Amino acid sequence: MFESLTERLGTALRNLRGVGRLTEENMADALKEVRTALLSADVHFKVAREFVERVRLSCEGQEVLKSVTPGQQVVKIINDELVSLLGEGTTELAQARPLKILLVGLHGSGKTTTTAKLGRLLAKRGKKPLLVACDIYRPAAIDQLEFLGRQENLPVHADRSSRDVPAIGRAGIAAAKEAGCDAILFDTAGRLQIDTDLIEEVKRLRREVQPDEVLLVADGALGQEAVNVAKAFNEAVQLTGLVLTKLDGDARGGAALSMKAITGCPIKFVGTGEKTDDFDVFHPDRMASRILGMGDVVSLVERAQESIDQHEAEKMAQKMRKADFNFEDFLAQMRHIKKLGSMESIIGMLPGMSGLKVGDEAEDKLKQTEAIIQSMTRQERLNPNILNGSRRQRIAHGSGTRVSDVNQLLKQFGQMRKMMKKMRGGGMRKMMRAMGGGGGGGMVPPGMRG
Amino acid sequence: MLSLFKRFKDGLTRSTRNLLDRTGRLFGLKKLDAASIEDLEEALHGADFGVETADAIITEIRTAYRKNPDMGGKQAAEIGAAVLRDLLRTAEASLAPAATSPTVVCLVGINGSGKTTTAAKLAHLLRAAGHRPLLAACDTFRAAAIDQLRTWAERLDFELVAGQHGADAAAVAFDAWQAARKRGHDFLLVDTAGRLHTKTNLMAELGKIRRVLAKNDPAAPHYSLLVVDASLGTNSVDQARVFHQQFGLDGIIVTKLDGTSRGGALVAIHRELGLPIHFVGLGEQAEDLQPFSADAFVAALFGLEREEIPA
Repeated sequence: MFESLTERLGTALRNLRGVGRLTEENMADALKEVRTALLSADVHFKVAREFVERVRLSCEGQEVLKSVTPGQQVVKIINDELVSLLGEGTTELAQARPLKILLVGLHGSGKTTTTAKLGRLLAKRGKKPLLVACDIYRPAAIDQLEFLGRQENLPVHADRSSRDVPAIGRAGIAAAKEAGCDAILFDTAGRLQIDTDLIEEVKRLRREVQPDEVLLVADGALGQEAVNVAKAFNEAVQLTGLVLTKLDGDARGGAALSMKAITGCPIKFVGTGEKTDDFDVFHPDRMASRILGMGDVVSLVERAQESIDQHEAEKMAQKMRKADFNFEDFLAQMRHIKKLGSMESIIGMLPGMSGLKVGDEAEDKLKQTEAIIQSMTRQERLNPNILNGSRRQRIAHGSGTRVSDVNQLLKQFGQMRKMMKKMRGGGMRKMMRAMGGGGGGGMVPPGMRG
Repeated sequence: MLSLFKRFKDGLTRSTRNLLDRTGRLFGLKKLDAASIEDLEEALHGADFGVETADAIITEIRTAYRKNPDMGGKQAAEIGAAVLRDLLRTAEASLAPAATSPTVVCLVGINGSGKTTTAAKLAHLLRAAGHRPLLAACDTFRAAAIDQLRTWAERLDFELVAGQHGADAAAVAFDAWQAARKRGHDFLLVDTAGRLHTKTNLMAELGKIRRVLAKNDPAAPHYSLLVVDASLGTNSVDQARVFHQQFGLDGIIVTKLDGTSRGGALVAIHRELGLPIHFVGLGEQAEDLQPFSADAFVAALFGLEREEIPA
């Protein structure tokens, strides 16, 4: 696991604590750590070097050396520099009508999926998109686009008999005109930037269809090569923007910085999941935190909001206020939290915790708690007070646990209820609000404490 | 053997040309200086070996340079090659047939790493070695993934067992094993849906495929191979780590090594996890999947002419 930049800097600056301020010499050490952190996040060597230089100048200008907490100050400057570098340029698409968008990229970067996702997004914005299948090489690529088009209710133009890609593009524009579509998305075959024949082909397609946007679709986990890929595609087809895919993984995404720095093309969209609506406009601040390993609280909150039904959450908060919280509710809460992902992935999004290992113990404990509750009858879940010795024994038996485990859970549950009662005068409401959201979504059941 | 090495080298030519373009000049220098060592450092970092490996190589070169300021580029290349060769000493591996037939090979990996194409190429390679592979199209999730493998199977004339889109992948794997047994295939290649290693539920689904296959043969799958895209950076190590933890890997297949990326991530994966590299993908043709040769990889990377292996 990577250490977060904050930790690395912490180590580099530890010796300074007593002195209380940075010297130019120590600053050099700290910047070396910054460089290593950037390289570990797949930022290109040259880009990293130039970036560190920029940070150094910036630090000198802002008198960091005299600051009380130089480490944090440095991190802040780096973060600000990153955000400004990543965020230059607009994420808006061109205003043309019809809007023609050409998607290009390496094999397996996610062009076909992105075409469908972008089509869906444009449809949501009130456009009428048409997808054109220009990948005539990969087996079943046309089938894949047609399938996605059907799923999203978007028309697809394809010609299985043609080997002439520019002609397919031209026919696609005609088809769009006929169908009254005002956005045309061209999905192309994956190609290496050094494959001269295929690059020639996409150049011809570009000349033929005269796109308003040329987007390079790139895997967010790309390595050092990202720079050459972006540079070559930019020279060949003059990119207008970048789309980063598979950002639902845990790649640091330093390639984003490299590609942005080298081509100057703005990053316009990011792909964040397998579903067609897992697609978002680019947020430079989130990307910066990610590259620096500073956690991604915003994404966590968003994920929580996505997977928790607002209405249900309201209801839960009501129940909590009245303290008539039972095991059925408890189970529902646990499942909400599970929907957010594994404990490890949740914790990874918290600032400063990205390197923290969550043992399987915590996960096991959670599983055990769920098993115990599921071994209860509905009546028992609704009214835990009826749980006498023999019922507890049965539950322990049914869930493969010991009676002491069941007792422990009941005790924790009792404490929780007591706490809720105490909080009844408005305190709870305040607490829930502080947890981000009007509902009970932020509440952590005691089983999670491991 | 000789031809194998040549093909490997030819396939790698494109990928290594780039490192050589940059370093060739350096490695060709009669005498190194501070600036050329700096350039060398850049090229090494550009190869995705990971910061530790790149730093280790450059540190050795610097140490040698301090001792011998007249050191030439060739020596620097040899130092780098020695470090890598040492790291990759145990990195080669082969697919030995299992005691009970069919030998089951499961291909797993993230989306777009090249599993389906690799499944077809691997079938081709196995047939060339005299085996009778059966393909199991267990990517029932991605739109048209089954069609993609079917097209390959038709093109290369392989038998294929496939389920419906949206079917239970584990059930398809189970049926495919039964079919392989009945029809006398000695290898079963299971193509699975791409999944990011961070998706807990999808990773759990992989476990199900393993459990269901084990019902047929407790030792199956005999080889669980992670398919990794050579153009990815440090994250491929994280991918490998999580897949290894959750699914138990036996090795790695590195694809798209014909690009300009140096595929240095395979060094990082092997260094971190000790998993062998079974195959590398060197092009788009069916025969472009080749067994990994550490010597050839290192020699090509550093532009060292390598003594021919006796046949």
